[in-house]
Amino acid sequence: MKKINLLVAVSALSTMAFLYLPLMAVAFFSVNDSKYGLEWKGFTLDWYVKLFQNDLILQAASNTLVLALVSTFVSTILGTILAIGMDRFPWPGKMNTALDLVMHLPVIIPDIIFAAAMVVAFGFLRTLTSVFDPGLLNMIIAHITFQTAFVALVVRSRLAGIGKEIEEAARDLYAGTIYMLMKVTLPLLAPGIIAGAMLAFTLSLDDFVISFFTAGPDSITLPLYIYAAVRRVVTPQIHALSTLVLMVTVILVICMERITRKVNKKQKRL
Amino acid sequence: MNKLIIWYGELITGNKLLKRGVFFLTPGMLWLVLFLVLPGFILVLVSFAGRGTYGNLIWEFSLENYTRLIGYGIFGWTLDYVYILLRSVWVAFVTTGLSVVLSYPLCFYIARKPPRTRYLWLTIVIIPFWTNMVIRAYAWFLILAPELPFARLAAFLNLVPAGMPLYPSAMAVYLGMISMFLPFVALPLFSSIERMDWTLVEAAQDLYASNFRIFMHAILPQTLPGLSVGIILTMVPAMGMFVIPDLLGGAKYMLVGNLIQQQFGASRDYAFGAAISIGLMILTLFSLYLYKRKNRGIDLI
Repeated sequence: MKKINLLVAVSALSTMAFLYLPLMAVAFFSVNDSKYGLEWKGFTLDWYVKLFQNDLILQAASNTLVLALVSTFVSTILGTILAIGMDRFPWPGKMNTALDLVMHLPVIIPDIIFAAAMVVAFGFLRTLTSVFDPGLLNMIIAHITFQTAFVALVVRSRLAGIGKEIEEAARDLYAGTIYMLMKVTLPLLAPGIIAGAMLAFTLSLDDFVISFFTAGPDSITLPLYIYAAVRRVVTPQIHALSTLVLMVTVILVICMERITRKVNKKQKRL
Repeated sequence: MNKLIIWYGELITGNKLLKRGVFFLTPGMLWLVLFLVLPGFILVLVSFAGRGTYGNLIWEFSLENYTRLIGYGIFGWTLDYVYILLRSVWVAFVTTGLSVVLSYPLCFYIARKPPRTRYLWLTIVIIPFWTNMVIRAYAWFLILAPELPFARLAAFLNLVPAGMPLYPSAMAVYLGMISMFLPFVALPLFSSIERMDWTLVEAAQDLYASNFRIFMHAILPQTLPGLSVGIILTMVPAMGMFVIPDLLGGAKYMLVGNLIQQQFGASRDYAFGAAISIGLMILTLFSLYLYKRKNRGIDLI
């Protein structure tokens, strides 16, 4: 048994090393004072300073943020309303199945197929109006589409978790629909909505494929910028940029973990 | 339908209730239908169209894109595209398999930690899960560079010429893919392993079961729900992956994702790209179906 425990520990730790070694290497070389090559020439933060002087990168960062914020905002509203609509009404079984299928589509379709469908669809819309030229609007629409499904899934599981009893009690006390939604359903649902919104936000930041297919020349996001740079030539600036994005990810993940754990604790107390 | 009913404390007619329900469903569903279902149908339609000289679509119904996909081209019959499709399935399969093998010890290790530090360890697995895939692919790009120890070791062992990076190669693609998808398996698996009943393992040990049988009879059935979610979460995106083969595999190890991207990028052959996408979709659904049939009663999420 001891032998197995040792084996498990060794295997687990080397797996973690396998996951982190490449990322560590990027962080390590981002503070290396050498423009070319991978030889250690001393510590510097120059590359980080230069990031903030690079207009292209700043533009890409602002595009990434606008895309993530706008699409998260819209998809959280759409997804929440959709989840309430699906969970709180006596739909016939067949319709439920159909709704369920549509909602699960973005989860089971490989993202490249969704991206291809978007390219073709926007191509059609473009023949009607030039608003749909490749660019930020297309990206926002595409992101909202897959985010809405994910938000709806998260919120719906929370709706099922809180049950209908409290709403029923509110109705018994003569609460109207809007009053009940505002004072009972939404407050109870808030943790689920926040969790869904955070998921949507990270999904948007994380996305590369869908942005890659729908972006125009003026709507480069950070992942697209890094990808293009890697294909041309890798500079220490890219190491620094990647490290920064990685650090933002770490902070987001820790926040997300904290929130979900707090919610779980509260739910247990209920 | 116009009878009064009591729906969770509310006295209402069936019609009114359904009307209100439709009101709630409409915005989200309309969006999903407009930008998800409809584009899907358009993709299917386009896959039967032809390509004009300048990459425009020609609306003549033909099966040419599909026959081209299975190998009949102007230059006779080649299996190039079929190879790429099969290779994608194979890569996804190997990636999933190795990720599962590596995930079990990882999850056992974390699950055995005291609760206070357990979530810290879990966060360590979650962070790569949420890190942008371009950055992770690029990190492998960096670490396999000729100046770093791995390429040097390989050169020392005469596996590659000195001064050469370890990409593009099949091995680099596998390394990138496994590190990309391992957390997709490990996280759902962990949620099952955390709730596992270890007394069953002890019972099996008391009865002198071999380690293999302990795993098959006491561990695997208990962890199957999480494992299934993990496998599906890995298989599906792994088949359509194009960033990793693009950066780490180059032309040497093309997967179907690259092929689709080429049609929508450099080649501007939307119709053929659509046909490949439909092909990939069918492959994905087929493998999900096979998997579902073997493991009945498992929910996707």
